[in-house]
Amino acid sequence: MFGFALWSIVPLDRNVLGREGLRLGLDLAGGSYLVYQADLSGINGTEDEIMDGVKGVIERRINALGVTEPVVEIQKHEGEYSIAIQLPGIADIEKARETIGLFTVLEFREQDNEGNWVPATGIVTVNGTEKELVLSSRYFKENTYVTVSQTTTEILLVFEMDETGAKLFKQISTRLLGKQLAIFLGDEPLRGEDGTIIAPTVQAVIEDRGQITGLSLTDAEELRRVLNAGRIPVPLGSYVNGVFEPSVPLYERTVDATLGADSIHKSILAAVIGIVLLLLFMILYYRLPGLVACLSLGIYGVVLLAIFKLVPVTLTLPGVAGFILSLGMAVDANVLIFERMKEELRGGRSLAAAVEAGFNRAWPAIRDSNITTFIACIVLFWLGGTLGAFMVRGFALTLFIGVALSMFTAIVITRTFLRLITGSQLITNPAAYGVTQFPAKRGT
Amino acid sequence: MIDLVGKKQWFFLISGILIVAGIISLAVFGLKPGTDFAGGTSMTFQFSPPVEQSQLREEMAKLGYDKATIQNAGEGSFIIHIGEITSDEANDLAEKLGAELDSQVEITDYYSASPTVGAETARNAGIAVIIAAVAMLFYIVWAFRRMPSPFRWGTCAVIALIHDVFIIVGIFSILGWLAGVEIDALFITGLLAVVGYSINNTVVIFDRIRENTSRHISPDFAVTVNSSIVETLGRSLNTSLTTLFVILALFLFGGATIHYFVLVLLLGVIIGTYSSICISSQLLVVWEKREWRALLPFAKRTAQ
Repeated sequence: MFGFALWSIVPLDRNVLGREGLRLGLDLAGGSYLVYQADLSGINGTEDEIMDGVKGVIERRINALGVTEPVVEIQKHEGEYSIAIQLPGIADIEKARETIGLFTVLEFREQDNEGNWVPATGIVTVNGTEKELVLSSRYFKENTYVTVSQTTTEILLVFEMDETGAKLFKQISTRLLGKQLAIFLGDEPLRGEDGTIIAPTVQAVIEDRGQITGLSLTDAEELRRVLNAGRIPVPLGSYVNGVFEPSVPLYERTVDATLGADSIHKSILAAVIGIVLLLLFMILYYRLPGLVACLSLGIYGVVLLAIFKLVPVTLTLPGVAGFILSLGMAVDANVLIFERMKEELRGGRSLAAAVEAGFNRAWPAIRDSNITTFIACIVLFWLGGTLGAFMVRGFALTLFIGVALSMFTAIVITRTFLRLITGSQLITNPAAYGVTQFPAKRGT
Repeated sequence: MIDLVGKKQWFFLISGILIVAGIISLAVFGLKPGTDFAGGTSMTFQFSPPVEQSQLREEMAKLGYDKATIQNAGEGSFIIHIGEITSDEANDLAEKLGAELDSQVEITDYYSASPTVGAETARNAGIAVIIAAVAMLFYIVWAFRRMPSPFRWGTCAVIALIHDVFIIVGIFSILGWLAGVEIDALFITGLLAVVGYSINNTVVIFDRIRENTSRHISPDFAVTVNSSIVETLGRSLNTSLTTLFVILALFLFGGATIHYFVLVLLLGVIIGTYSSICISSQLLVVWEKREWRALLPFAKRTAQ
């Protein structure tokens, strides 16, 4: 038993070498969590394939941004597909927004007779069916580049179109020869550095490849970045009252890293104060067994952190609260046992017998009572699968692991320590066990 | 030995008053749903140098956001919940507030959810509470299956559970009215954790009643229950104290983000301990002795 207790300590020396080993959620580390719904009307291919495609594109794009440990997941909420993106480390809200901007589809627009910009459309046969499609960045191959013309030293933005795009662009550029095409993000035209609308004039019929001239270097670079990034097969946004709003996330949470650091700092302070109070109380009230409980609580805390790291459990702020709460509750099993032990001692049992009886009699209560907490945790874990409540999972998980482990430490570790002490006959003073008032009742 | 069972009418009266007060507050003021449930945008603005909450409220009203909920998070930072606004509007608002209040503004936490998400979360939270209550009822019936009428034990524990939930929800309804406190997914989390904790306490006492009944310590069930409560009193209070120590530390030093979540836990541990000592086991006695007539006004209120 003691060997087992020791064994559980050993891996800690290697695994818990400070907090940096723990995985922190975005509310502690800073970062963004974004969820978009996909507009799957007007797609070809199965929904799953399309969503996999979207996921792949977003992953590549995030990797290009140099975000560490991004998580991109396809979720299904009530039959609607959505994509959840976690960007730890992008703590700057502006930067996160910029990343969101990258996900949007750029639309090409032409002027109607009144001079209003309307989407430039063409009718294209896709997979045997005719469709009216809007020329947009999603038909651009991701190999757009900026170069300088060798003859005129003008800046050139060179692009290639995919199959559908080539057909579409051919129709549109034939129709609009000599006219302007503007590039829109939502309902806003893209503007150059000088604030004027970027609206190149169509100078030739464009099919599978073309170039845009007359842009400044900065504008060309910016447009290249967006065009290369904009090739997501479906628009992402959210449905608001049944209407699809492009680029409005269904759910967004962005936390600044300094706020996260502040939360960590405050949680640690609270944990230290709480634990010191707890230990003082245990030692003053239960004396020697209390001290033993403190030791096993120490082991408990270290093992718990090791589990968090090894699983790994992502620690969120509610999760830290769950951890601290489980420390308070972990003492419960010890309290149950010690109260039982005191009763047995007062009832006239010998020390060793009281220890054994205390553990054996307290076990059903410990087992039965903790199961209700497990039920609560399991239900909460399910609730945490809901988008708006994803922070709840951290709490449910840490509390569950914490309570399960607390049963183990109380039964195995505290008992081992107490057996060692009573068995070795080192401390036989009843005062040490908190029963000073009843020395006469001590039997053999 | 303290006679706790003999004082049960008083406990029922106190709980009855608390629950009725809570229900009245719920009926009159309702609960303020936070971003999790209502959708919309919630942001933390960090002002340096710090500004007064009243100043901020005034400026917000001038800019047309008079319905916004503002919570002071300390050190110049405020948590603001607004109906739906876009991220551009949010930046705009921050800029204008900074200019008007002559302070640097930074949005340190930006959170927005569509109302669709909110409705789904609210519905699931309701389902979660019901599933938890039913699962715990079944569990206790199972755990006490060898006792005569195990269903009675389960029902008494669940009534105590509902008692706790009503009092806490009532308090938050009053807090929502007084201080604009909103309920969110973490509120439900705290509530369920507390429910688990309260039942945990109840089960420990029930366990002792089970043991004492099989040892036939007294022919009178009321005496058996009373000595079971008194015998486990040390444990009940000490466990609650150790838990309260850590929760109190979190409440006082843990920061604004989880302040109300921790408040739910704090209230829940106190009320849960009270209900397991003073309500659930006492109900068991009332049921066993069929003292319904004498207790009807009180018992009825507790069972609501």
